[in-house]
Amino acid sequence: MLDRTSPPVYNAIERFNLIKPEHITFANGMEVFVFNAGEQDLVRIEWIFGNVFTEEKQALLNTCACEMLLEGTSSYSSTKIAETVDFHGAFLVPEFGYDRSALSLFTLNKHLAHLLPLAKAVLSDSVFPENELATYTRNSKQKLQVALEKNSFVARRQFNNAVFGQTRYGHVFEIADYDKITREALLALFRQQYTPSNCTLIISGKVTDDVVASLERLFGDDWTDDNKSAPADIAPDFGGHEGRVIVAERKDSLQSAIRLGCLSLQRHHEDFPGMQVVNTLLGGYFGSRLMANIREDKGYTYSIGSGLASLKHRAFFTIASEVGVDMTTATLTEIEREIRLLRDEKVSEEELALVKNYMLGSMLGSLENVFSHADKFKSAYFSGLDLDYYEYYTGVVRNIDADEIHRLANAYLDYDRMVKVVVGRMI
Amino acid sequence: MVTFNRFTLTNGLRVLVHEDPATPMAVVNILYDVGARDEDPNQTGFAHLFEHLMFGGSVHVPNYDLPLQRVGGENNAFTNNDITNYYITLPSANLETAFWLESDRMLSLAFSEKSLEIQRNVVCEEFKQRYLDRPYGDMWLRLRPLAYKVHPYRWATIGKELAHIEDAKIQDVKAFFEKHYTPGNAIMVVAGDVTTNRVKQLAEKWFSPIPSRGKYVRKLPAEPRQQEARREVVHADVPLNSLHIAFHGSARSDDPYHAMDLISDMLSQGQSSRLYRRLVKEMQLFSEINAYQVGGLDPNLFVVEGKPSPQVSIETAEEAIWTELEALKNETVEEYELHKVKNRVESTMVFSELAILDKAMNLAYFELLGDANELNSEAKRYLGVSAADIQQQANTLFRKENSSTLIYIANKHAG
Repeated sequence: MLDRTSPPVYNAIERFNLIKPEHITFANGMEVFVFNAGEQDLVRIEWIFGNVFTEEKQALLNTCACEMLLEGTSSYSSTKIAETVDFHGAFLVPEFGYDRSALSLFTLNKHLAHLLPLAKAVLSDSVFPENELATYTRNSKQKLQVALEKNSFVARRQFNNAVFGQTRYGHVFEIADYDKITREALLALFRQQYTPSNCTLIISGKVTDDVVASLERLFGDDWTDDNKSAPADIAPDFGGHEGRVIVAERKDSLQSAIRLGCLSLQRHHEDFPGMQVVNTLLGGYFGSRLMANIREDKGYTYSIGSGLASLKHRAFFTIASEVGVDMTTATLTEIEREIRLLRDEKVSEEELALVKNYMLGSMLGSLENVFSHADKFKSAYFSGLDLDYYEYYTGVVRNIDADEIHRLANAYLDYDRMVKVVVGRMI
Repeated sequence: MVTFNRFTLTNGLRVLVHEDPATPMAVVNILYDVGARDEDPNQTGFAHLFEHLMFGGSVHVPNYDLPLQRVGGENNAFTNNDITNYYITLPSANLETAFWLESDRMLSLAFSEKSLEIQRNVVCEEFKQRYLDRPYGDMWLRLRPLAYKVHPYRWATIGKELAHIEDAKIQDVKAFFEKHYTPGNAIMVVAGDVTTNRVKQLAEKWFSPIPSRGKYVRKLPAEPRQQEARREVVHADVPLNSLHIAFHGSARSDDPYHAMDLISDMLSQGQSSRLYRRLVKEMQLFSEINAYQVGGLDPNLFVVEGKPSPQVSIETAEEAIWTELEALKNETVEEYELHKVKNRVESTMVFSELAILDKAMNLAYFELLGDANELNSEAKRYLGVSAADIQQQANTLFRKENSSTLIYIANKHAG
């Protein structure tokens, strides 16, 4: 008779085989990392540039410069760029982040010869035509207008601003700020930021020697830096806004967007992996305490979660949810209770074992294909670490005990000192 | 090319295995052939609510998530108008845990009152979050009943209204399970670091003892041919005016499907597409614009939608869209443009082979359509579409009397 009540025997996750990249430095100083694996004849090429801020409130300018990369060069019009990319079934995607701006090319290898010269023109010779800027500005203003009607969007902006002040990470821009963007400012920023010495090149997929050679020709030998050193990136004063409570009442809302959190540890801090365990326990997976309590026991929300984000100059911890307006206060009370519980009581062996296995399984699952190996590398590399970090990380996850969880929760999670943002109704 | 082996258990459960030793993980994907189209018109949203209840404990396993997380696995599910799809990703060394969990909930659920009460609330909050409390969130709640008068595609997967979810009773849940959650109504795909022999052995062990419980035969009313242009104008608290036009198109398995899909690519896939290039960039009539087919198994909707720029009237915007649609009807598309959208299909299909979960879901879906092998000839079908096919399909789709137009007029114009 089949025993359906006891779970099958399971195996611990022992090994992770991380793909180590081949490291090349091009003649112009560009650092290149190659991940060659996989069966399909395709590649992902990422040109990653550190964001240059001449002033902190300029984050919107950086966003525009990145998002307008495909709007024209001296040799390719915006139309020509779009046609070339689309005709070859490729994806060429600019992406702006807190610390870096990237251009990613996804393509079948057979089309590379048509696409690399285009990518080169975009990165070395974008001209930001006036008419394209006008179109971009008009459409972005409309998009922002729609986004501002979403409580979750407003809550995230207010939260970042409360934690980071009027800096690159927290600056809140308004619709009218788009009108202040000028072509001259975009060009000046472009020349400073999109340079070979400020670029890291990550190539993953079926990367043949030919692929590397053509990239080296175009982006290494044939691309020189005007100003050899990117301007020093000095961390701004992020200020301190502990414990602030911000409520934006929106009387017609059915749900309140809730965000709370605080500054936290960066990846290179020795307690970072341990704090990731604490975060996972509290709100980092479906079975987390916040989900189990606030969704699965009380039914206040469709989803609640927490996360730990490590940026270049700071890191933050955040809890986010959208809850029925009537349950707003009750949700905050439950969040407070769950944080206190982590600080006051030691986690059971059973729960801790589950979280550890879950995290190791999800680490294994995040190494599914060659792109995900490259992503793992990037997280470490841009935190000033190498792949050995993952040895340390998995070691901490395997060995952490209830006392250490207790210590970390008390050292780094304090509800009273967290910023709390509610957009909706405080009922 | 996605290779697979296939076998059927005596209770009717179809099992497909895709072996991919390049990953240390395994995926178990179970597709149940039930969606919102199978609901009672007075109990809409039920298939999706039921999906939530599938995680509320089964007959021998009180908690579904914990044992899976304990072996390093993750799971999720989605419901649409046609199907309900559940999937697990876990380290392949622990594959058996997935068989244990999935077979127990196919055998029978715990039918807990508490779980029903909680998930009713959770789904109501999901309803508010996705459909009510955001601008244009109720678009599908309005557009579906405008376009469909008879076929159950007239309601959205989330349901017609909150009350239908609030009223769900435990006996309804039991009846739904008995009717739809049978082995013969399911397709299981196991993919990743697995072997067919091992999957066979585990399937026999865990799924074979489940009784077959008969097969539900679907009899849905066909949507009568639309005879007149339909129109709904809503004055709402949205920041901008918005325009949505839906056309009745072909079913997933019908021949014109691939031509219809390529038309949506020509109109709005990528920044070189017709609508984006002409109406957003050149004429600056729209701030955003999109065209897509909804992807239903039964005769389907093709939607064109956009937000006009400030100072552009709805009439001007609407006319500009129609001009583009008329061009597709009256002029044969050039070989270059056809080649372009076919290249996009080719690369999208190769990229989708990177993830075992995508491969598993695709195999299950094509098996539901009739034969998983067809997944591997899908690219060929797209390549076979001719310029004449495109023009003919455009003429079938883009007729005023085949259209349902939904317009949002913003109550307050900011900016």
